[in-house]
Amino acid sequence: MSGDPILTVDRLMMRFGGIIAVNELSFTAERRKITALIGPNGAGKTTVFNCITGFYRPSGGAIRLAHDDGRTIQLERLNDFRIAKQAKVARTFQNIRLFPGMTALENLMVAQHNALMRASGLTVLGLLGLPSWREAERRAIDLARAWLDRVGLLDRADDAAGNLPYGDQRRLEIARAMCTEPALLCLDEPAAGLNARESGGLNELLLSIRNEQGTSILLIEHDMSVVMEISDHVVVMDYGVKIAEGTPQAVRDDPKVIAAYLGADEEEAIAVMESGT
Amino acid sequence: MSATSARPSHAAQPSGGAFILKKALISALVALVLFSLMIGVRTEAGPQGGLIYWTRFGDLAALVATVFGGSIIVELLRQWWGPIDKDSLVPKPVQSAMSFAGRWLAPALLVFAFLVPVIFYDQRYILDLSILVLTYVMLGWGLNVVVGLAGLLDLGYVAFYAVGAYSYALLATNFGLSFWVCLPLAGILAAFWGVLLGFPVLRLRGDYLAIVTLAFGEIIRLVIINWQSLTGGPNGVSGIPRPTMFGIPLDNSDSGLAARLGIEFSPTHRLVFLFYLILAMALLTNWVTIRLRRLPIGRAWEALREDEVACRALGINTTTTKLTAFATGAMFGGFAGAFFATRQGFISPESFTFQESALVLAIVVLGGMGSQLGVALAALTMIGGFELFRGLDQYRMLVFGIAMVLLMIWRPRGLIGHRAPTVFLERNQAISSDLVKEGHG
Repeated sequence: MSGDPILTVDRLMMRFGGIIAVNELSFTAERRKITALIGPNGAGKTTVFNCITGFYRPSGGAIRLAHDDGRTIQLERLNDFRIAKQAKVARTFQNIRLFPGMTALENLMVAQHNALMRASGLTVLGLLGLPSWREAERRAIDLARAWLDRVGLLDRADDAAGNLPYGDQRRLEIARAMCTEPALLCLDEPAAGLNARESGGLNELLLSIRNEQGTSILLIEHDMSVVMEISDHVVVMDYGVKIAEGTPQAVRDDPKVIAAYLGADEEEAIAVMESGT
Repeated sequence: MSATSARPSHAAQPSGGAFILKKALISALVALVLFSLMIGVRTEAGPQGGLIYWTRFGDLAALVATVFGGSIIVELLRQWWGPIDKDSLVPKPVQSAMSFAGRWLAPALLVFAFLVPVIFYDQRYILDLSILVLTYVMLGWGLNVVVGLAGLLDLGYVAFYAVGAYSYALLATNFGLSFWVCLPLAGILAAFWGVLLGFPVLRLRGDYLAIVTLAFGEIIRLVIINWQSLTGGPNGVSGIPRPTMFGIPLDNSDSGLAARLGIEFSPTHRLVFLFYLILAMALLTNWVTIRLRRLPIGRAWEALREDEVACRALGINTTTTKLTAFATGAMFGGFAGAFFATRQGFISPESFTFQESALVLAIVVLGGMGSQLGVALAALTMIGGFELFRGLDQYRMLVFGIAMVLLMIWRPRGLIGHRAPTVFLERNQAISSDLVKEGHG
């Protein structure tokens, strides 16, 4: 492993009472690369995510985020909303968490909250309706419109998010995370529940986010066709520890990985072995 | 819910005569058991103090027969209407008529509100009642920010009303400050108390939040009752100065407005002034709320109601968002309180009981949480309707209660249940109420 890590997880520990969910896990995610975190069910992947995005406070270890401008931020010391606001880490959820009663466009506007708050002079300028605020709002709508277009939801912009089909909701959640203009995008099972055509579209979307926006992506995924096709680097976890890492090819042939998947779930193991061959 | 999914479930319901008869029989049986003692036997204290009783089986039979017949009629009506909550069954022309009414209702109400003092100039009772309705409209709009937009269930809203009222009363009687100086001060003080309440309840949700806010409302009332040296305790504060029209008093003195204009003095002048004052204050509340909804802070409130975890993942500081909601709602409550104090000229803790909180909350819920027009309509229905039933004497509460229950069956999410989006690209279409969350603290 060489190069330029954006995220460095160093000996991360997460304990819940007597249960050690994550045990001294260390890995890095490269800048402008897609890193996948895989493992059988219950391996601790989502716990790692929750530590990175501040929803859990780690019991031990360090998580460092190195920004393009050279700043390094210790994520384990920040609250959840500060991680999104200051460290520019955006995330999506395993079970979609959109604002169902708001339109798709409104969802993307809420995502630009902090930028718009500044532009509205903490509401005061906005309340007066000053031109500078109107301009900022127009730009925010343009950004939202651009992202709706990217994920193919422009014609559903004024529909309630809760009314969208499942696959559209997944894409909208990614668009919403991207509207915060993150440095690191964390996706928790973005392909869950998608059919083959939809997950193909997702692959293209994630690759284009990496290539065009230059956003680094960290993803948890069970769908091996997604993992094998788009990941630059794969980290495999089982029982809270890292058991392998490397390129998708190397991981797929790793006997430890095959054993972990075979022990846990035969179908997944077969999926690991068969995909890409 | 679409028409296609509504119809089969409707058709699947048992609808035969036997089913209706069975249901009616059960209802009649329940009525018989319930009323056999309540209606069937009448007891009274006799002349010697002994208990005398007589039976009224005729009345009982009539009542049970009514329940039986009524049950059949209700069941037939239900089958004729179809399921009540399926709006897809509403025919198209009715729908378009309703949307037409919806578009013109708010401006029509506004014009009517401006004309009330002109139309009812001679009817003091109606003027008083409209001032009361408008006070509750303003309180409802204020609480709507907290409950309707941010989804934080606040059962102690009356506390801020009290803070505003006492702020004005004490500042005016002790320091001689004028209403126009005290009005913003009352708002600021109430907002301050709103933040103070907000801090301990930040981590609470749903029922727990409701109970703590309820307690907060009671604490404020108890402090007012017991801090005799400052607030006068249960005796309240009297002699609160009446508002002046920017320095010109509205009385029959030589410097009064009537004398200056050279017209005959009438106490109605002050009433009309108070009416336009509360109308202006309520409209200001409405205007600010509508603007805030389209600003990032307002969208953050609504997002908070929809999903707090997602808000945090997007970098929204939920602490300040909640506190600003509490503060904004409390500020409007404080304004309304200051107005209440100057209108009454006398305030006491009795005006700030839990019942007031419950009434304002009922207005917000009945109106449809988050809807400005709905809250105004609900205040009109609740306060005005309550007065309307005054002729029914002891049945007033009963009729009013039944009307409320029926209304909530007919519109479970309030009079105006759908949500209007704050921003749109092409189509400004309302969002159905079953998608919008109520919030959970």
